[in-house]
Amino acid sequence: MAGVTLDTVRKIYAGNVEAVKGVSLSIEDGSFCVLVGPSGCGKSTLLRMIAGLETISGGEVKIGDRVVNQVEPADRDIAMVFQNYALYPHMSVYDNMAYGLRNRGTPKGEIEKRVKEAARILAIESFLARKPRQLSGGQRQRVAMGRAIVRKPQVFLFDEPLSNLDAKLRVQMRVEIKRLQRALGVTSIYVTHDQVEAMTLSDKLVVMSGGQVEQVGTPAEVYRRPETRFVATFIGSPPMNILPGTVEGPGRVSVGGQSIAVTDMRDGLTPGSAIEVGLRPEDVQAGGVGASSLSMDVDFVEELGATQLFHGKVAGAEFIVQASTGQLPADTRKLTLAVDPENVHLFDPQTTKRLGRE
Amino acid sequence: MEKRAHISGWTLPLLLILPQMAITVIFFYWPASQAIWQSFLREDAFGLASEFVGFENYASLFEQPEYYRAMVTTAIFSSLVAFFSLACALLLASQADKNLRGGQAFKTLLVWPYAVAPAIAGVLWLFMFHPTLGTLSKPIKAVGIDWNPMLNANHAMTLLVLSATWKQISYNFLFFLAGLQAIPKSVIEAAAIDGAGPLRRFWTVIFPLLSPTTFFLLVVNIVYVFFDTFGIIDAVTGGGPAGQTTTLVYKVYADGRLGGDLGGSAAQSVILMIIVIALTAIQFRYVERKVQY
Repeated sequence: MAGVTLDTVRKIYAGNVEAVKGVSLSIEDGSFCVLVGPSGCGKSTLLRMIAGLETISGGEVKIGDRVVNQVEPADRDIAMVFQNYALYPHMSVYDNMAYGLRNRGTPKGEIEKRVKEAARILAIESFLARKPRQLSGGQRQRVAMGRAIVRKPQVFLFDEPLSNLDAKLRVQMRVEIKRLQRALGVTSIYVTHDQVEAMTLSDKLVVMSGGQVEQVGTPAEVYRRPETRFVATFIGSPPMNILPGTVEGPGRVSVGGQSIAVTDMRDGLTPGSAIEVGLRPEDVQAGGVGASSLSMDVDFVEELGATQLFHGKVAGAEFIVQASTGQLPADTRKLTLAVDPENVHLFDPQTTKRLGRE
Repeated sequence: MEKRAHISGWTLPLLLILPQMAITVIFFYWPASQAIWQSFLREDAFGLASEFVGFENYASLFEQPEYYRAMVTTAIFSSLVAFFSLACALLLASQADKNLRGGQAFKTLLVWPYAVAPAIAGVLWLFMFHPTLGTLSKPIKAVGIDWNPMLNANHAMTLLVLSATWKQISYNFLFFLAGLQAIPKSVIEAAAIDGAGPLRRFWTVIFPLLSPTTFFLLVVNIVYVFFDTFGIIDAVTGGGPAGQTTTLVYKVYADGRLGGDLGGSAAQSVILMIIVIALTAIQFRYVERKVQY
């Protein structure tokens, strides 16, 4: 098994479109790394470059200690699971899984042993003789996984493998992928645009936007301390509220004339300068009383069962607050929000970078 | 969801299928039934009188060694043309499927020969390979081959196969290209990751997935060679030398129009019709069992 190292990897398409703008990343052996970002952020291109399906315009991709820029996909010792499964429609499930082994001249007995073993792990033993078109979406997904694991590769690559499944099956397969990866201990790189999938699966979360890496960290780190406004609003659901504010002095900002205490604030910011104040919907206490508070005009309420989302405006900007159901009457029109200084995120309006302690 | 449209009464549906039915009946069923009727008649040389002779026309046909020879010639000709036009078209299509610079121009140019009329295509190739006038005969003669399609039956056949193949490649190319483009790219990428080289990928993944297209084209090509190559044969060899490139369809024409034996000619076209119907039926039977995936 092996880790994967990227060193300023670039992809420039014809017409000078730069899809990936110099990404450096090191993925430890055996870890589960998720690349997440909106569509067009370069995450799939990056994965395809690691797979060898796209040429690398600049930089270096290493699998283990080997630079693989010029190595054919077949020789990179990787396996990939595609979004549309990419099963061979004319082959049985057994042949689909055996194909890669046969191409490598694996002895027949060994092929049978490995395919049977993979089928057992994935609970698809009874479908081995069927053709892909006779299987449901979830079963096809399992076959695609089986095809990847029989090869015993150094690295698994997943390109949005769950996006063609319905919501319920997606949650179930997500758990299975995580369990399987833990059991096999193979380095995995997983691309998704779904931030819930990204948070739940990853050991290492890589948030991408516009061909660049915005932040790398554990899911908890990325959630608790987003480095840019993009990451702050992309990770977490519903997204973080961003309010316009001004610097009052060390540890204090003002939003619409209301003063708020902040723990994580950079020293030396000029009083009176503009700043963006980020607050997660789940981090503010609706109707609570705290050291600092904001007043909110409520427009409407969304019922989610266990929780309610109050939509409205704070200091003229859109704002969402999450509260436990029954905590507040549904016809609430005005709210006072208690803000914990620990949970306030500050961003530079120009660079969009976090203005936390250095 | 109910997708069927409900039309009350019979007038509109009848009107809608009438043009198709009329054309099929007037231009296919009527001449075909005429041919069948005529195949049981014998006409005098001036076309003034005819008498009913039953299966006599058929019987005399199967006594002619020329008829068997035309069958063999047709079999050789059609398998050569079908094989080469399919193989070349597949090769060209698999190249055009890659993202080449100027690929669109390449595709357009490849389709052009299809617009050329068969007789003109024949004349074109005849000129190029004419034993004395042909621009391409000279280099062939220069390497020591006594090239003469006017006298040598093998040379004549080669020339026919070349012209008929050349014309059919465009048609096959279009279908193969569409077939190739319908194969999901990720399936081919998966095969590449699975360690299959380009050639192995082609034979184990792409070719099997193309098999419905290939099969359809095989049927169409055989029907093409059986009937539509008449113009080429007439222009290039006229069935010669010594009747050695006379195919079944050319013999229908030669015996009927040139030989004046309308009954025998009609009997031949009936047999030809039966052969093509049988071939197509067999091929479609086979496809249902084998080509499905």
